[in-house]
Amino acid sequence: MKTLTLSAFALALTLPSLPALGSDMPQDDTRRKDALTLWGVQFEELEYRYSDDDEELGVWNGDAFYGTDELKFRWLTKGEYAIEEQAYEKLENQLLLQTPVSDFFDAKAGVRFDTPEGPDRTYGVLGLTGLAPHWFEVDASLYVSDEGDTSAEFDAEYELLFTNHLILSAALDATVAFSEDREIGVGKGLVSTEAGLRLSYDLIDRSFSPYLGVVHERKYGDTADFAEAEGGGTEDWFAVIGARVSF
Amino acid sequence: MKKALMAGALGFLMPAMAAAGEYNITVDRVMIDTGDFVKEGIGYNGASPGPVLRFKEGETVTINVTNNLDEPTSIHWHGLILPFEQDGVPGISFDGIPAGETFTYEFPIVQSGTYWFHSHSGFQEPNGAYGAIVIEPEGREPFRYDREYVVQLTDKHPHDANRVMRNLKMMPDYYNRQQQTVGDFFADISKHGFMTTLQDRLAWGDMRMMKADVEDVQGFTGLINGKGPEQNWTGLFEPGERIRLRFINSSAMAYFDIRIPGLEMTVVQADGNNVQPVTVDEFRIGVAETYDVIVRPKTAEAYTIFAESMGRSGYARATLAPEKGMEGPVPGLREAPLLTMADMSGMHGMDHGDTTGADASAGMDHSDMNQGEMAPDGMKDDAVMAADASDSMTGMDHSGMDHGTMIMSEGGASDPFYAEGSGLVPVAANGGKFLSYADLRAQKPLYEEREPTREIELRLTGNMERYTWSINGVKYEDAEPLKLQYGERVRFKFVNETMMTHPMHLHGMWSILDVGAGEWNPVKHVISVQPGTTVYMETEVDAPGQWAFHCHLSYHAASGMFRKVVVEGGPDQGNTARAEVAKDGGDA
Ligand SMILES: [Cu+2]
Repeated sequence: MKTLTLSAFALALTLPSLPALGSDMPQDDTRRKDALTLWGVQFEELEYRYSDDDEELGVWNGDAFYGTDELKFRWLTKGEYAIEEQAYEKLENQLLLQTPVSDFFDAKAGVRFDTPEGPDRTYGVLGLTGLAPHWFEVDASLYVSDEGDTSAEFDAEYELLFTNHLILSAALDATVAFSEDREIGVGKGLVSTEAGLRLSYDLIDRSFSPYLGVVHERKYGDTADFAEAEGGGTEDWFAVIGARVSF
Repeated sequence: MKKALMAGALGFLMPAMAAAGEYNITVDRVMIDTGDFVKEGIGYNGASPGPVLRFKEGETVTINVTNNLDEPTSIHWHGLILPFEQDGVPGISFDGIPAGETFTYEFPIVQSGTYWFHSHSGFQEPNGAYGAIVIEPEGREPFRYDREYVVQLTDKHPHDANRVMRNLKMMPDYYNRQQQTVGDFFADISKHGFMTTLQDRLAWGDMRMMKADVEDVQGFTGLINGKGPEQNWTGLFEPGERIRLRFINSSAMAYFDIRIPGLEMTVVQADGNNVQPVTVDEFRIGVAETYDVIVRPKTAEAYTIFAESMGRSGYARATLAPEKGMEGPVPGLREAPLLTMADMSGMHGMDHGDTTGADASAGMDHSDMNQGEMAPDGMKDDAVMAADASDSMTGMDHSGMDHGTMIMSEGGASDPFYAEGSGLVPVAANGGKFLSYADLRAQKPLYEEREPTREIELRLTGNMERYTWSINGVKYEDAEPLKLQYGERVRFKFVNETMMTHPMHLHGMWSILDVGAGEWNPVKHVISVQPGTTVYMETEVDAPGQWAFHCHLSYHAASGMFRKVVVEGGPDQGNTARAEVAKDGGDA
């Protein structure tokens, strides 16, 4: 096997015809040298809700992103469509830029447009999203509206694996307002919570997972009073059926 | 085709030039039928895997590669020592082969053994662009055999590789269906008690790491020579014959544990280089490694070649039989291993105390092993290892974590190339001998032994949650090339700070794995580095030019665990690197 060393050496000796370190060396301008650019679309919730007082809603909560590890452009969309009234009770879109700030968390900033039935609002958004210890997916956002009102929203989600396909997920969403915005029915303090339990089954990979579940919505304090004054309820239980979709 | 011309001139100058073999390869879209699913992919000469190329040491080969795809391609000759322009890595060795064009590779064959070739463009390799290389030596083989077969493994996934990458980036556990469930929690409680189980779950949850994170990409069908388990590739033999099996792991992501129930295997070659024969019942083949074994079935029965993936999420199966159609019993998959805290001992996040990651893994430092001469059958310095290991465990001990109560792996097997207490340590299914890196000894030293001129530390780093992989915390896109001087002997120190095993592959030059055997250290082209361990290899820098250096897990390489290596100098440069290096001896 000495011959190998020798012929490798001989090989090097015959190289003078090649400018071994000249400008002839290829520069890596292949895609390998570029940051991976990725995209994805997910609907965490895409469901039909039926409330304890016979209200029917179509609800979605999804997002789409495009970008790299370092910078992503994200579009978040949430909505609640009252089927009988044929009206959007909630219609919220956010356009965000997102960048990592730690191993497990991203900071995000952008704008939010609320365009349900009734008055519209535009907000500036600052937030954090990521994975907390013990596998809690958390998302916290601070909003400042074009009316100058400030509010905050906190989301947490946890998944319990009954099997590797049958998954129970628990979600909690809470909103707090730091000032009152009477026009859109928001009082100061804890505004509302939404808690949900959904039992899903991964039917096609992780891209289509139908689920069944229950959701509890509640309004608090002045916000609850405003809702009652408008003739609305302050607490609802829903049975939900839907699917988690990602592609 | 200026490059090809120059290569031609180079070939002409070669003193070792003997016969010249000419080969034609086309790169094509093909259909791949695994028996479980049929999938469009990329192949050579109309099939995946491509042909087995048979070369002879000393000849100069001319290989015309015609790209019938509608995208650029390339072929990398994995493990072959050749001029860098012939190495086939777009952007590093050459410009690649544009759609519709033919590129002529020409290089002398200066080695013998089992190797393989594959595309180095995008994800063509996981999509099927791979084939085998067998090189007959100039002289006699130091072992006898009556017949031989190539046994080339892969992990064919129903998803196109681009989609696999995207899914992993969106959801790193997308393909992991071996995660611990509520049922496992209760099973652990009844086995280990409530508090121990709870503490175990809290410790892992605190790190946001999964014990089940052994294989990123599950859901594949294991293939042997392109045949799925149901299609059962069969090699024929006559009882009493010695059969040489040339195992090649061409997987994108899967390590395989290989056994042939009823037969002992004598390992005679690793990564194309002969090793002192070692007889085993089972061995683990890392991604891109090759192992040649000799088996001698004495009875006229069918034997199953069973290749279980390391994470037990899939398997490949083939048969050795005296007649076509015979089948041996096919074993079931064993229970999936789980990582332990020992596999996390290289992680930075673990060090809440004053010890650093490096300190924590120093216990596993294999340089310590060099002091005590290692017996051929592996680690004998158990006392030293145990002491070091307990040091490292105290080092990484942090608030609220009591390793005494951690749920550790069962079996108690140990291997110096795994963290002490690792959940990944393989155990032979029949309770017999499982090959360790520590068993490998070169048949003949390839290089004269000398002190390394310097040491380069390469920390293997990553973030599972973001599915980013890097070296020293830097992804390829942001990295400067690694510069080596022609004539150096560099000692590489790999520190695995992740919870995954990385098969590190340096192109163009040999990787001499330090198993503590001095000049008898085995010579390889892929070095598998287990979680929580530090492994050393040395390289004689004897090949000028630019080379690729990367983790051979396709999706790790693509997401950043990749470097360009530039070898500066060389005899033609009038550079005296070799002399200078000799002067400053070993300290660097
Ligand atoms: Cu890797």
